Amino acid sequence: MDGDGERKGEFDGKAAAELVGELRQSFWNGKTRSYDWRTDQLRSLARMLVEKEKDIIDALHEDLGKPEMESFIHEISLAKDGCARTLKELKSWMKPQKVSTSITTFPSSAEIVSEPLGVVLVISAWNYPFLLSLEPVVGAIAAGNAVVLKPSEIAPATSSLLKRLLPGYVDSSSIRVVEGGVPETTALLDQKWDKIIYTGNSKVGRIVMAAAAKHLTPVVLELGGKCPVVVDSKVDLDVATKRIAVGKWGCNNGQACISPDYIITEREFAPKLIEAMKSTLEIFYGKDPMASKDLSRIVNSNHFKRISKLLDSDKVSEKIVHGGQRDEQALKISPTLLLDVPQDSLIMTEEIFGPLLPIITVDDIHQSFDIINSRPKPLAAYLFTKDKKLEEKFVRGVSAGGMSINETVLHITNPGLPFGGVGESGMGAYHGKFSFDTFSHKKAKSRLLKALVNGDIIGIILALIGWPRA
Amino acid sequence: MAAALDESLAELRETFRSRKTRSAQWRRSQLKALLRFVQEDEEEICRVLEEDLGKPGGESFRDELGVLTKSLNLALDNLERWMAPKSVRVPLMAFPTTAELVPEPLGLVLIFSSWNFPMLLALDPLVGAIAAGNTVVLKPSEHAPSTSSFIAKKIPMYLDSAAVKVFEGGEEVGELLMSKKWDHVFFTGSQKVGSYIMAAAAKNLTPVTLELGGKCPAILDSLSSKRDRDIAVRRITNAKWGVCGGQVCIGVDYLLVEEKSVSALIELIKEKIKGYYGDDPQRTGSMSRIVNKYHFNRLRRLLEEPGVATSIVHGGFMDESNLYIEPTILLNPPLESEIMKEEIFGPLLPIITVKKIEDSIDFVNSRPKPLAAYAFTNDSALKKRIVSETSSGSLTFNDAIVQFLVDTLPFGGVGQSGFGRYHGKFSFDTFSHEKAVLRRNFLLEFSFGFPPWDSHKIETLRSAYNYDYLNLVLRLLGLK
Repeated sequence: MDGDGERKGEFDGKAAAELVGELRQSFWNGKTRSYDWRTDQLRSLARMLVEKEKDIIDALHEDLGKPEMESFIHEISLAKDGCARTLKELKSWMKPQKVSTSITTFPSSAEIVSEPLGVVLVISAWNYPFLLSLEPVVGAIAAGNAVVLKPSEIAPATSSLLKRLLPGYVDSSSIRVVEGGVPETTALLDQKWDKIIYTGNSKVGRIVMAAAAKHLTPVVLELGGKCPVVVDSKVDLDVATKRIAVGKWGCNNGQACISPDYIITEREFAPKLIEAMKSTLEIFYGKDPMASKDLSRIVNSNHFKRISKLLDSDKVSEKIVHGGQRDEQALKISPTLLLDVPQDSLIMTEEIFGPLLPIITVDDIHQSFDIINSRPKPLAAYLFTKDKKLEEKFVRGVSAGGMSINETVLHITNPGLPFGGVGESGMGAYHGKFSFDTFSHKKAKSRLLKALVNGDIIGIILALIGWPRA
Repeated sequence: MAAALDESLAELRETFRSRKTRSAQWRRSQLKALLRFVQEDEEEICRVLEEDLGKPGGESFRDELGVLTKSLNLALDNLERWMAPKSVRVPLMAFPTTAELVPEPLGLVLIFSSWNFPMLLALDPLVGAIAAGNTVVLKPSEHAPSTSSFIAKKIPMYLDSAAVKVFEGGEEVGELLMSKKWDHVFFTGSQKVGSYIMAAAAKNLTPVTLELGGKCPAILDSLSSKRDRDIAVRRITNAKWGVCGGQVCIGVDYLLVEEKSVSALIELIKEKIKGYYGDDPQRTGSMSRIVNKYHFNRLRRLLEEPGVATSIVHGGFMDESNLYIEPTILLNPPLESEIMKEEIFGPLLPIITVKKIEDSIDFVNSRPKPLAAYAFTNDSALKKRIVSETSSGSLTFNDAIVQFLVDTLPFGGVGQSGFGRYHGKFSFDTFSHEKAVLRRNFLLEFSFGFPPWDSHKIETLRSAYNYDYLNLVLRLLGLK
């Protein structure tokens, strides 16, 4: 039995309890609290991202057929950036924050002190299996916690790479990886954690929150939704379609929680949009996208079948205006555009998470807001327009985790913006300082000095205003 | 009830959809109305609090009305500032891009109040919810029935009934409410119910704030000056018995002192009790009573446990018909007894002695994280240790309870004492979604960000991601 008490298939409740107990002991010994320990871990991780770049790219290619460029830009670079930024800012983040006090509690001083929560569980997802494992772990470490990482079993090469690499770079007494599927995850969820961050779908999100409720464990749920793109007729169509295409097919071939899910545009404008999108697709992926090396494949046959089903209903398949090719053996589906599928079809009610892009038309672009607002709040919403008034209406009128105007996806790379959902798309947020904050407890600390007069201040104030003191 | 609830919820959602609650004017008008309510009906409010808890007028003002007034004035003074989007810095690499955080209301929120500060714990979260632009259902505690029906009667007279509604009732009403979908649920109460609330909320992925409790310890170090000792003991006495008779989540639950100081301490506490509440506190009516029979019996059971009863060094008198328990001090009750495991929430003060005051740190850490921790000391080394080695919702030196008045400090728990926070701007934030917004235009476009991929593009991107502007420019100009 190795240190984790883990043999494949035998990570049960007892092993999970032992693991948490060990990490809790480690945490109580105070090791993870020091600035030096935290920065040592982060520096090691940054080193790992440089030294093992090729291994990481290979694993991502094995799991997802992810093009090297995407792995580099979306997973490795973002993770590196996260480490670098955290190392640069950590000292200031760790400082207590002084706050002002007022006459009622004079004389006193008050501040907000950040302290680690304890032992944190990170449950990662399969589509950005490296980034969505590392980024939360970096945040948890930065805040001084001990961490258990559960990578997604649906990306097995990346999962075992993480399991293999991490012990060589970080402190195993406080940071551990547990591989596995539903039984292992359930065993972990039965334990008491100080925080859980889960990235995935809303069905499992509910299970995670319900399990956390037993122990009053706070959770961050990074879920999904149907991210709409509203395309106005007043746009630079060339730029717009390129940015939409990058966000859609350039992000794991649409298998990303913030990928544009569907487009809403004016009826008259739709043909132009479709033509522009077709030509952008040809520039990006050539005349035969099925042969392009620049597209991720569909992750596995379950998802391939799921996406195929979205296309196969008869009121939907006749609406295909571009693409629609499928290769089950190779798990490939070509970039597919559809025009005006029925709004109650499966493809318009479920998160697509694939390379299908339905375009819904309206008479007036302003009607798009009602369509979006009649659905669950998405993780991201996008608008392309040159019309400032429309832009303002959109920002004020549409609720989503985050939004980009005249861009897709990019808002999650900005270090000053929190990344998280609202409503069905999730709760809580992270990235940058928001990670540090999410994995910390912000303790209110006040120091009330001796009263200048004999007795308590409240009594004096009450006496001054003539309030009878019992 | 179920049909009435569904109709009300539909109305509230429609009100939210109409965007009426978004305007600063609407929010301001509601907050002003609440302020009028608190000020005009002061007498009535004190009367119902007296009915429900025997709460003396001074406490009602100090702990509920005064605090609400302060809270409302703060929200009114800061509303537009809180509502304004916040600009966020964008790296030069991303030029021309702007980014900001836009606060927006969540939608329809549910607030569960508790019985010990039945006005405050209903209305204070309400201030935050309204300031943030939400529609609200308020569920006052059924264990403070006079206050509950008072709130239910008055709120529609002051606030916009299409946006704020009150639902009274007990467990079944609570369950019915939790079966619905909310955009946030704010709960103040016990850990057991908190856990149930979170599990119910999980079904709809409803975010929750849980303001729970715990055993808030007070560490009393030896203080060299007699005056300091005197003040410390006054404050501890007030924090135990002078705030809703000890039925307060941030009250002093138990005391930790060094063995050698304990007898003098007990005498001093007795003296302060007499000073504040007289020889016969029941007669002077200067303390809140126990809220109801259930809690009275619960407290009685705590005292009657063998080993605990014998540790009583002062007090112990109980009058069931008047729901009165005398201020009671216990010395070293068994650590395994219920009184040392459960949150007391009553007028019983166990004093636990330690050999050295530093030992109290391990004692506190061996128990669930409390909502508040207190330490009376002038020793900076001890203070430092307590700050870094213990964890609690809040930590206060040399006083107790008053920290909740500082609205620049977040009020909330950690671990078993809860999660989420409020007061001041934290209330506004709790009931808001902070939406990340990134804006670009069509001005510049770099082709190296798009497929088809080649090694030149990779290297250009590498420069970009390393913020290596020089190399980036060289590559873009084709010079590299």
